[in-house]
Amino acid sequence: MFNADGIFQRVCMVTAMLAGVLMLVFFIQLGISSQAVWREFGLGFIFSTDWNPVTNSYGALPAVVGTLITTFIALLLALPLSFFAALYLVDAKPCVGEVLGHGIDLLAAIPSVIYGMWGLFVLAPLMQKYVQPFLAETLCLKSIAWFGDEYNGFGLMTAGLILAVMILPYICAIMRDVFKMTPAMLKESAYGVGCTKWETVKDIVLRYGIRGILGGVFIGLGRALGETMAVLFVIGNLMTMPKSLFSGATTIASTLANNFAEADGMQKSALFALGLILLVMSFGIQAIAQYYLHVTGKRRGEK
Amino acid sequence: MKTKKLLMPFVAGIAATFIGCSDEKAPAMTLNGAGASCPAPVYQTWTYSYTQTGSVTVNYQSVGSGAGVNQLKEKTVDFAGSDNPLTLEEQQKDGLEQFPMLTGGVVLIVNIPGVKTGEMKLTRKALADIFLGKITRWNAPEIQSSNLDLQLPDLAITVVRRADSSGTSFIFTNYLSKISDEWKNTIGCGSSVKWPVGIGGQKNPGVCNNVSKISGAIGYTEYTYAVEAKLATVALENSAGKFVQPTIESFAFSAANARWEKSPGFYMVLTDQPGENSWPITGVTYILIRKDCDVAIRAELIKYFSWCFSSGITAAKKLNYVPIPENVIALIQEKVFGNVN
Repeated sequence: MFNADGIFQRVCMVTAMLAGVLMLVFFIQLGISSQAVWREFGLGFIFSTDWNPVTNSYGALPAVVGTLITTFIALLLALPLSFFAALYLVDAKPCVGEVLGHGIDLLAAIPSVIYGMWGLFVLAPLMQKYVQPFLAETLCLKSIAWFGDEYNGFGLMTAGLILAVMILPYICAIMRDVFKMTPAMLKESAYGVGCTKWETVKDIVLRYGIRGILGGVFIGLGRALGETMAVLFVIGNLMTMPKSLFSGATTIASTLANNFAEADGMQKSALFALGLILLVMSFGIQAIAQYYLHVTGKRRGEK
Repeated sequence: MKTKKLLMPFVAGIAATFIGCSDEKAPAMTLNGAGASCPAPVYQTWTYSYTQTGSVTVNYQSVGSGAGVNQLKEKTVDFAGSDNPLTLEEQQKDGLEQFPMLTGGVVLIVNIPGVKTGEMKLTRKALADIFLGKITRWNAPEIQSSNLDLQLPDLAITVVRRADSSGTSFIFTNYLSKISDEWKNTIGCGSSVKWPVGIGGQKNPGVCNNVSKISGAIGYTEYTYAVEAKLATVALENSAGKFVQPTIESFAFSAANARWEKSPGFYMVLTDQPGENSWPITGVTYILIRKDCDVAIRAELIKYFSWCFSSGITAAKKLNYVPIPENVIALIQEKVFGNVN
């Protein structure tokens, strides 16, 4: 009686289309809800640093800059760490590699609010007492503007550090899978012609796995851009342009989480506009990533 | 056909669950409230005790003053709690009625090595200058001069304030606007403002947490939260030029001078009240209800709030809140509660 195949196909098609439709609806909804801000401030909203609910004047730059800097710090720290960890795990004895690998995977299972609590109760006091004084006083970095502000353990640097720990398992897992897929024969041949381990990694494994590595980076990037709870606990929630890496700042996601419940009128519209900017940013990064992989894929001879 | 057969047991099951529910002697009516987090500890004790005594269930969600009022306007709750009073015009515009419920104090908390609770004294000017970012170290002469008996360290001041929009911030910035022209002209008063310095914490507990974790921090919070977090409070200079400690008594002194009968719509900000013993940053927390609310619900609401004003007082005092004076309760009964009867 039923055309089982037909129904199955249709169910699958609807599910697939749902994702695309949802994406479109998100864009449209955010656009409509943020209309008031675009009409009032125009594109200047993105470049204005003023966020003042008393005078009803809003600008997105501090949140955008905070988001980009924390994400950049996170990638800067997580990328080399996960690269070397993945290299080790692939070549380590199976028993060691398995246990450590699962350990890193489990980092991804920790809810982000737990990272936030850990940041607030453990990491921030540690940063204030040891890390930041060491950087500023002992290494005399405080004359450089980037490390010049007063430090209290909260701010861009602590948030970036937490994000790095959070995205590390994602990047590491993907890198491990990619490294594992390097054909053993290629590696053996490299060793055979007298390459050192590092040369093998650099010329064979890295070249072979670049696509996967970048994929991991972009997954980490996406996660770091949108992370809310963990950042909110330690960033300081300051709607001003950060003076240095020690300064309190804010990210788009934490600004939204802090203010949405109480927002009204123009402020609500400004928050929707921030949401739209975040969506466009993540979307843009994904698009650039895909395009880059597409272009370099040909050059690397994959296709 | 097949799918129908498969679904039948589910439908029957769901129907049975609903029927089963209504069979139980569940409370006949539920009153939902939402709003200010400041008085939430008291409200939650009250709703629990009241639900135990009668047939009406009362819920209160601590979501913040502004969010509570927004929910009331959208009719998703029956009453709202707010620390940020609405003027009579604002109430009339949205068809709301407002009356005071409790008085409480906003206190300053510090985390300075060697400084215990009540030991530090801050003048009006020093307080405003700290929050304006003009005084940046604890051993500054402006602070040291009123604390000659204290050894203040050469430590950076970290201001901690609310990251979210809040009635507590409204009371505090209202006070700063009264004691400092510079604050009034450059920053102003509101539930969320453009803070010149400092880092933001989430709600009252967030501010307390940040202050307790940052050496050299100063923040403001509702009194109960400071007591619960065991943080060092600060004595402040009041309008009479005297240093007072934050206590239930000093909050009550401040509330006693207020002239409620002269304030339309019970709009009243209790900051910087006269009197030698008055705590300068005292706030009133309000209840708002809709004028067009269902008659039966309104009757139950009034019954509940009357219970709060009489039987609820002990619980409120235990949690460090000051009840509204007797004559004001009479005024509320006459002006708001009387409207239905």
